[in-house]
Amino acid sequence: MNPSRIIPFLLTGDSGLVKTVKFDKRRYLGDAINAVRIFNEKEVDELVLLDIDATKRGTGPQFDYVEEVLSEAFMPVGYGGGITSLSQIERLFKLGVEKVVLNSVLAENPHILSEASRVFGAQSVVASLDVKRDFLGRRRAYVRSGSRKLDSDPIELLKRWEQLGAGEVVVNSIERDGTRQGLDLELTAEASAAVEIPVVAVGGAGDLGHLSAALRAGASAVGAGSMFVFHGVHQAVLISYIDWSALAALSATVAPSLPPTRS
Amino acid sequence: MAVIDYGMGNIGSICKMLRVVGATPVVSADAAVIARADRVVLPGVGHFDRAMANLHELGLVDPLRRLALEDRKPFLGICLGMQLLCRSSEEGRQPGLGMFDARVRRFDFSGPTRLKVPHMGWSELRPYKTSPMLNGLDATARFYFVHSYFVECADTTDVLAEVTYGVPFVAAFERANVCGVQFHPEKSHRFGIQMFRNFVQGVP
Repeated sequence: MNPSRIIPFLLTGDSGLVKTVKFDKRRYLGDAINAVRIFNEKEVDELVLLDIDATKRGTGPQFDYVEEVLSEAFMPVGYGGGITSLSQIERLFKLGVEKVVLNSVLAENPHILSEASRVFGAQSVVASLDVKRDFLGRRRAYVRSGSRKLDSDPIELLKRWEQLGAGEVVVNSIERDGTRQGLDLELTAEASAAVEIPVVAVGGAGDLGHLSAALRAGASAVGAGSMFVFHGVHQAVLISYIDWSALAALSATVAPSLPPTRS
Repeated sequence: MAVIDYGMGNIGSICKMLRVVGATPVVSADAAVIARADRVVLPGVGHFDRAMANLHELGLVDPLRRLALEDRKPFLGICLGMQLLCRSSEEGRQPGLGMFDARVRRFDFSGPTRLKVPHMGWSELRPYKTSPMLNGLDATARFYFVHSYFVECADTTDVLAEVTYGVPFVAAFERANVCGVQFHPEKSHRFGIQMFRNFVQGVP
């Protein structure tokens, strides 16, 4: 059985664990290490930890913090935020990070994808794209936590990053972030069709139906923030996840191209 | 317990797991240090040829073969570390360590089965034989895979477990004291912890 991956995305800022809405309106959730401990107990498929203030801070990843968080994790953990060099990437892998998530650095130095992928293997190098529509409805690519717009077309960027050596791409819809109203399926489908490597769709997941729809649209994995940290209409903070049998059932309903694997 | 540090990544989480099961990992690239270990873990993430080149440069190729095949120390290759135990890989031109009559092939889904490469995600294992390495792991045990290349055994008696991703492939092989796993037990929750426990306590 090869169920698709469902990945909690945790955002940390200068103040601790936060959740944003449309990359804005931060809500403080508490301590990231505690959240990771709970996600570990719930045996999540993977975990992605993004330091959304790191690039602005300009001092690179907070290695001590990453190390502390990782000490609670027995699953693959992706880390993103403030990464600009191969030596930082090497240090993160030594700490036990499975994948590095690159975003802002790709605007100036996309070739870091080739270098990192050659040295560490493509499967551990993830390129992350934040997408928002402009007033004409055209998709635009962003970096630096959605604060800087790039000139290139988002789908073209994904193809370029794949060619350069990314082993996986995260495609995040800025306007759906934190809304829990469903993922951008059109974007997910186009991105998944454009590249051979796995696409992780993020932004807008609120329930199992949303996850399933994104997988059917072609995503290899779906990331979710609010869905796994909030509970109920009043959005109380409660860390949750989907159990394995529900995940397996979810996977079984999607990806008809997947052949049966159990003999 | 020696964990071979030959510049091919991801040692932190392996050491963490080993400590959890009560072992004391010694991270080293020094053949003399490694020779004194009671058990050996060969990790690995990255390119096959680069890994072999690093092992040659560090003078570890013969010592590792000796440890596994002559001294018969329990030996575990993980991911690329498993693939290096084979004779050859489609990823490179260098011969591997050749401890198994097996080769490494690339997933090719250019045909009707269009699957993404690398294969990334969780799978349950289909065991092919019994082994102390599978103690305490039932049919629900799942493991995390990330790989673009897979192992094909010429001698099927080496196969410990299979998984299918488009094609069936060898998820784990074992011959006497030497074992290789394509997945990452160090990233596989309590199932991985159990496998490390088996490796540390059992005599594979």
